Amino acid sequence: MPTAIEIFKHLPKKNCGDCKFPTCLAFAMQLANNKAKLDDCPHLSEAGKNALASSSAPPIRLVKVGVGRTAVDMGDETELYRHDKRFFHPVAFALRLADDLGEDDLYKRLSYARSLRFERVGQVLKLDMLELECRSGNAERFASFAKKVSAETDLPLVLRAKDATVLSAANLIKDRRPLLHGADASNLKEMCAVAKGCALPLVVGADDLNGLADLVEAARKEGVEDLVLDPRPANLKELLERCTIIRRSAIRKTFRGLGYPIYLSIPAGRDGMLMASTAVMKYGSLLSFEELPASNALPLMVLRQNIYTDPQVPIQVKPDLYPVNNPGPEAPLLFTTNFSLTFFTVMSDLEKSKVPVWLQVVDTEGLSVLTAYSAGKLTAESVKNALTATGALERSRQGRLIIPGMVARMAVKLNEATGLQIVVGPKESSGLPKFLRS
Amino acid sequence: MEVPVPKEKWTGSIGEMELGASAEKGGSRSSLRLGGNRGLPFLSFEDPAARAVALAGFVADTLDDVPLAVKKAFGEAVNDPVGWAVAWKEKGADLICLHLTSTNPEEKDASPEEAAATVMKVMKAVELPLIVYGSGHPEKDAKVLEKVGEAAKGERLLLGQAEEGGYKSVAAAAMANGHAVIGFSNLDINLAKQIVILLTDYGVGRGDVIIDPLMAALGMGLEYSYSVNERIRISALSGDAMLQVPMICDCVSAWKAREASDDVPHAGDALERGIWWESTTALAALLSGADILVLGHPEAMNIAKDAVKGFRGEA
Repeated sequence: MPTAIEIFKHLPKKNCGDCKFPTCLAFAMQLANNKAKLDDCPHLSEAGKNALASSSAPPIRLVKVGVGRTAVDMGDETELYRHDKRFFHPVAFALRLADDLGEDDLYKRLSYARSLRFERVGQVLKLDMLELECRSGNAERFASFAKKVSAETDLPLVLRAKDATVLSAANLIKDRRPLLHGADASNLKEMCAVAKGCALPLVVGADDLNGLADLVEAARKEGVEDLVLDPRPANLKELLERCTIIRRSAIRKTFRGLGYPIYLSIPAGRDGMLMASTAVMKYGSLLSFEELPASNALPLMVLRQNIYTDPQVPIQVKPDLYPVNNPGPEAPLLFTTNFSLTFFTVMSDLEKSKVPVWLQVVDTEGLSVLTAYSAGKLTAESVKNALTATGALERSRQGRLIIPGMVARMAVKLNEATGLQIVVGPKESSGLPKFLRS
Repeated sequence: MEVPVPKEKWTGSIGEMELGASAEKGGSRSSLRLGGNRGLPFLSFEDPAARAVALAGFVADTLDDVPLAVKKAFGEAVNDPVGWAVAWKEKGADLICLHLTSTNPEEKDASPEEAAATVMKVMKAVELPLIVYGSGHPEKDAKVLEKVGEAAKGERLLLGQAEEGGYKSVAAAAMANGHAVIGFSNLDINLAKQIVILLTDYGVGRGDVIIDPLMAALGMGLEYSYSVNERIRISALSGDAMLQVPMICDCVSAWKAREASDDVPHAGDALERGIWWESTTALAALLSGADILVLGHPEAMNIAKDAVKGFRGEA
């Protein structure tokens, strides 16, 4: 997107307010932040519209794979660094299934794929796709394999083959909108014909970026626009550098021919895990795993969750009463807020103290203690309501409440609201172990 | 078709520094060079000089806060900081990060003299450069680091840590004896800059400061650290002199995450998962700008080593 000033130049400058913003400049600033649409201005000239539409075309094309609620959106990213705004479409994880798998092994692998599902701070982390690879070299076999698997799963599919005749099996399941993989310099025309014929997205792969840019240009001439890039890195260095060049070229608009999502084939073992972690942080859109052991899947999925968090919207934990170190009715009661970072820090210090306690987490919409207090999201009332909702006072029968030192001034009101004796705890969470032991 | 390589035009670079003094410089250590980078981590098209990253092995002289998996990996060796440091050297650590937790005034309360003796024993057994921390109690640490600093005069240790609320004594201990100092700040680029300003105003050379912006572990706020580190690096490369110092990231805290050690349904072998929990934290630190990683599990160190080689194109 161009800057607000660049946009402003093309606006009518009437400040009529028809776009619901007071001035043209205000509207331009909203446009620059993707918070308004060009069409909201009814007075924009054709010339201005064209100029803005072409410069506001997304630097990285949005490519959709699959249909319905499991569909995956890839690309349409606008940032190099997540702190500049955010990364939008979390990198998708696919597990590879080869068509030479025996019946038993296939069902085992499908059920394994389903088991890769975890709940964490209110979000579900899971596998997003399955990749079906033709290893048999037999078109009929691959076609019946694709049909069989597609009936077993509602996940989006990638169909991977080196031969366009084999890949034409896509026609059987094209209403599932699978992604096709396997176009390179040797088969581009044929692969494009299949993709175009079925109106499906296509991955093009080359061993260097110049060759990849040639393939993209050729594929577009064949009429395929929904493209995905496979830069085929042989090692970590190539992965990091190629993905960075592709992303930077697109975002900085130094070169527009590589503005597509990135597909990466991830080998088994340690090298694969290192490549995958790097690709989660550095611009991958779809990772296809040869193997994905569960002990690797969880850290990778949490890394993805972390990196794709909107920096302006804090992760929140569930407001609840948390037992720490096996507390009984005589254990003390503390509270903190539901901002994840605050919660994790307090939790870790409480565990470190080895003192049994009850921790009440109060819903502050993800704000930390002092911020929540200043914003009026942490009040004597909200603490009291949280304690009532969880039945905290039946669990901890001390008749006392330890409050964060930062909000010592809440003590009197809290005492009035709850009737509990209020004890002011340390200002920093790190002081908790010492405080609790004494 | 020629794809142009989009280089950022950085105007700044990270200052160079050396840890560990060799015999010719008046010490008895091997030495390490850090910093000097002119581009974002591991982009050879931006910064052709190979990036130096030092991997430090975590050692403590009491075991209360040591993750169980780490204790298990080292076996008997953890009962003695000397044996533990020797084990790290054999496992390929570039330097040792020694926490003098025995000096904790609320627990064992070892004296500064005892602590300094421990440091000297470790130095005698292992000639690697050394990072030395107290127990995290500012008043006691001041005394402990003063004694350690004097005892190891001229060895070019890295002393931890200086914080906004208390930096003078550790800074003095470093300045008087030729050591470097860690400036700690809590997940904030402005605070990171602030501690460097405080230290240099107090008289510490900028070439003697390493910043620790607090590496939050995977699942425990990693995204904050990743972005704070990245912003620090970008500001430094864009010319902010007060941030042009190397960065240290401690990844051992990864073991505090429940998912790193507890049994989780369908999440595979807990030890393997824990090792990747620490390694993934390390990888995020590397890609966001770390110059020194502190690691707890030897397998995480192996993985981090492979990662650095891989990024440098040596694997």
